[in-house]
Amino acid sequence: MEEEIVLTMRGICKSFPGVKALNNVDFTLRKGEIHALMGENGAGKSTLIKVLTGVYEKDAGSIRVDGAEGEAHIHSPQQAQQIGISTVYQEISLCPNLTVAENMFIGRTSGSRVNWKEYEKRATEILGSLGIPAQAKQELSRCSLAVQQMVAIARAVDMNCKVLILDEPTSSLDEKEVAMLFKLMRDLKSRGVGIIFVTHFLEQVYEVSDRITVLRNGELVGEFTVQDLPQVQLVASMMGKSLNDLAELEQIGQKSRGDEDIVYEAQDLSSAECRPFDFSIRRGEVNGFTGLLGSGRSESVRAIFGADPVTGGKVRVKGKNVRITSPRDAMKNGIGYLPEDRKRDGIIADLSVRENINLALQVMRGFFHPMSKAQMRKFADEYIEALQIKTASQDTPIKSLSGGNQQKVILARWLLTHPDYLILDEPTRGIDVGTKLEIQRLVLKLAEENMSVTFISSEIEEMLRTCSRLIVMRDRKIVGELTGDELTQAHVMKTIAGGEA
Amino acid sequence: MADEKRTAQIRRREPLSDAQMLMLISIGIFAAMYVLAMLTLKGGFLKPQQIFDLLNDNAALIIISCSLTVVMIGGGINISVGGVIGLTVMSCALFLNNNGIENSALSILLTLLLALAIGLGFGVLQGFLVSYLEIQPFIVTLAGMFLARGLTTILSVNPVKVTHEGFLALVKTKLKISWLGYVAQNGNLIPAKIEIGAITAVCVVILMALMLRYAKLGRNIYAVGGNQQSALMLGINVKRTIFLSYVISGLLSGLAGFVFLMHKPAGNASVAMRSEMDAIAASIIGGTLLTGGVGNVIGTFFGAMILATIQKIIALSPLNASWWQEMANGAMLGFFIILQSVVLSARSKSRLRLFNNKASPGSGG
Repeated sequence: MEEEIVLTMRGICKSFPGVKALNNVDFTLRKGEIHALMGENGAGKSTLIKVLTGVYEKDAGSIRVDGAEGEAHIHSPQQAQQIGISTVYQEISLCPNLTVAENMFIGRTSGSRVNWKEYEKRATEILGSLGIPAQAKQELSRCSLAVQQMVAIARAVDMNCKVLILDEPTSSLDEKEVAMLFKLMRDLKSRGVGIIFVTHFLEQVYEVSDRITVLRNGELVGEFTVQDLPQVQLVASMMGKSLNDLAELEQIGQKSRGDEDIVYEAQDLSSAECRPFDFSIRRGEVNGFTGLLGSGRSESVRAIFGADPVTGGKVRVKGKNVRITSPRDAMKNGIGYLPEDRKRDGIIADLSVRENINLALQVMRGFFHPMSKAQMRKFADEYIEALQIKTASQDTPIKSLSGGNQQKVILARWLLTHPDYLILDEPTRGIDVGTKLEIQRLVLKLAEENMSVTFISSEIEEMLRTCSRLIVMRDRKIVGELTGDELTQAHVMKTIAGGEA
Repeated sequence: MADEKRTAQIRRREPLSDAQMLMLISIGIFAAMYVLAMLTLKGGFLKPQQIFDLLNDNAALIIISCSLTVVMIGGGINISVGGVIGLTVMSCALFLNNNGIENSALSILLTLLLALAIGLGFGVLQGFLVSYLEIQPFIVTLAGMFLARGLTTILSVNPVKVTHEGFLALVKTKLKISWLGYVAQNGNLIPAKIEIGAITAVCVVILMALMLRYAKLGRNIYAVGGNQQSALMLGINVKRTIFLSYVISGLLSGLAGFVFLMHKPAGNASVAMRSEMDAIAASIIGGTLLTGGVGNVIGTFFGAMILATIQKIIALSPLNASWWQEMANGAMLGFFIILQSVVLSARSKSRLRLFNNKASPGSGG
C-alpha cells in the first residue's frame, strides 16, 4: 500500500535581490513521519519553510496539501494554519504576558467574547493528554522555554494541523527537555501528524527522524531514509565536500603547546552570578569551560570579561595587577568576548556589516578618535575576505545575514582589536556544520598566532578537538581540570557527572 | 466574576501576575494616602462626599486615562487626548449656543454625537496612520495634539460660555444619595452629590475593564502589546487591533470632552492643557507598562484617583501652590517607576532562579 502523502512541494524557486535562495526544490512529507530538513546556513531551509508558511511568496513551483483541492495558495501564516500547516519557531512565537490557555486559543476562536472557563478546561485537557507540565491559568512567561515550546506545539496540534514544522526547537533546551520534546514528537507522529524537523544537531536527527531531505546552496541534494544515510555521509552531502577537512583539523588540534608566559590570571574572582574561582591562561593556549547548562560556565567567563558586576578577586594581566569591572576595562587589557546570545548581546541588527565589524575598535580608540570611512572600509573588506563572510556588501544590515555569518562578523569585530585573549562563548551554536568547522579551525589558527582563547561549547566533541585544557564546572564550581590524555569524551562525562570512578 | 476568579486563584495559591501585582500596589498606595489625609487633614476627607468630589472633578481625566491605558497596553501612545478634549469642549460649546434647535433634548443629543464624532475622527485618522502606515504613534499623536489645539483656537480665541439652558440644567443635575450625606452646622441634611460625568467615568472604567478581560478585542490588544510578531503568528489581525485601540481611545477622548463640558460649561483654548501627561502618569501609576502588554483600567482608575488625591491634599494643606502639586506628581511618578522596576526585577530574578534550579539536574553538555 502506498504511503499517504500530506504535503508535496514541487519545483519551488525563490530569489532575493542578488541571491537565488531556492532553485527548483522538491519536498515531500508523508503522514506520520518525522522528516528532518538539513543543510548548512544559507542552504535554503529557512526560505523553504517561509515559503511553505506564507511568509515569503514563491517565485515558481507548486504546493499541494492533503485535503485541499488542487494547488494551495499560501500568502500568510494564517492561511497556512487554516489549511493545516503550523509552525513552531526557534524564537517562541507566543505572547509571554498571556496565560497558557489564552496562548493556545487566541486568534482562532469564533465570536467576539472570550470564554475563559471553556479555554481553561480545554487547555487543561490538551496539556494533560500531551503530558505537558503546565497549568492552563499560568502566565506563559512563568514557564520554562521548553514548556513554552510545547505549549506552542499543543496549540498547533489542537488546530488539527497535518503538517507541523519545528524550526530549531531544541537549540535552547537542555537534554532532559529535549527528551521531553522528542517524546511529544513521537506521540504526535503516532497520531498521524507529519513533522518537519529543522535542526543543526546531527545526533538528534538520527534519534527521532524517519527521513532526511538535504539542501545545499538553495538546491535539493536528495531525500534519504535515515538508514540509507550514515552520519558521515549526511555531513558530506550537506557540505558538498569530503571529510578530509575534519581529519586535518584533528591534526592541528593535537599539536601540543609549550610552556609560555601567562596572559591572564585570576584569583578568587567572583561576580554577582558566580562563586569565587581561580583561573589562568597561557599565551597561545586554547582552553575550554564545560559543564551542564546552568553549571556556571558562561557566568565564569562573563566575570572574566566584567560583563556581570564583579564582586571580588584579584586579576593579573601579563603579570600586572589590574581591575576589570566592566567590559571596557577588559577590552583595554586586551580581552575580547563573544557573547553566548548573539541576538541580544552581540549584533546591532540595524547597523551595517561594516559598522558592526568596526564597533569594538572604535570603542577602544575612544569617541574622540574617529576612524576614517576609508579605514573602516578597508578593515571590513579585509575581514569579510579573511573569514569568508557571505554578505551582499559591507553596507548590508547585519540582520539580513544568516546566523553563522552574523557570528563571523562578531568574531571579526573582536579580531580587529587584536586581543591577547579572546573568549568565545558558544560561538558555534545554531550554525551549520561547515561554519562550525571554519570557526574551530580559526580558533586553532589564532592560537598558533599566539592568541589565547577560551572556548565554550555545548558539544563536547567540538571542545575536545579544539582545546588543550578543559575546565569542568558543576553547580557553579570548578570540579576538574583535564589536560593531555584525560581529554576523552568518557573522562569529561565522568567529571561532569561527578563520579569518582 | 472577577472576585470569584481571584478567590479561586488564592485558593490554588497561584502567584499573582506582574500586572495584578502592580495594580495592587497602586490600590494600596491610594488607600494609604487617603487614610493619611483623613488622619492629618481631617475636614472634608472624613466625609464620603470627598470621594465623590474627586470623581466629579476628575471624570474627564479618568476617561482619558482609560483611553490611554488601552492604547498603551497595545504598545502605543496617544498624546492627543488633551487636545481632543479641548477641541470637543470648544466645538460643543459653540454648537450648543448657536445651533438654534428648539428641542433642547435633541440639541444636547446632537452635541453628544458631535463630541463623539470629533473623537472618532481623530481616533480613525491616527489609528490609520499608526497601524496601516506604520508611523510612530508618538509623532502621529503629537501632530494630532497640535492639530486639535490649532483648530480650537481657530474656532474661537476667546473663552465661550455655554448659554444653552437645557444643557446648564443638565450640568446641575446630580445624583443625590442622602444616606451618604452629612448634617451641616445649621442642621440641614446635605446629601452626597454625584455628577453625571462621574457616573459616566465609572461606567467607562467598568466597560473597558470588561472589554479588556472578556472581549476578544481586549485580549488581542494585550497580545499585540506583549509581542507584536508573535501576535501576528498567532493569527491575530495586528493592524486592525492597533487601529481599533486608537479608535477606542479617540472615542473616549471625545466623550471625555463632553463630560468636561458638563462639569465646567465653558470652552477655552487652554482647556485640559497637558491633561494627556496626567493621563499617562495615571496609567503608569496604575501599573500599565510603557512597553505594552501589561496593565488594566482598574489600576488606571486608582492611578487617576491618586493624582486627584495629591491635588486635593495640596490644595487643603498650607503648601497650596501649583508647583507643589507638580512636584508631588513628579515625585509620585518617579517613586512608582522605581518601585515597579524593583518589584518586577526582583520577581524575574526569583523566576530565573527557579528555572536554573529546574534546569541543572540531569541536563547534558
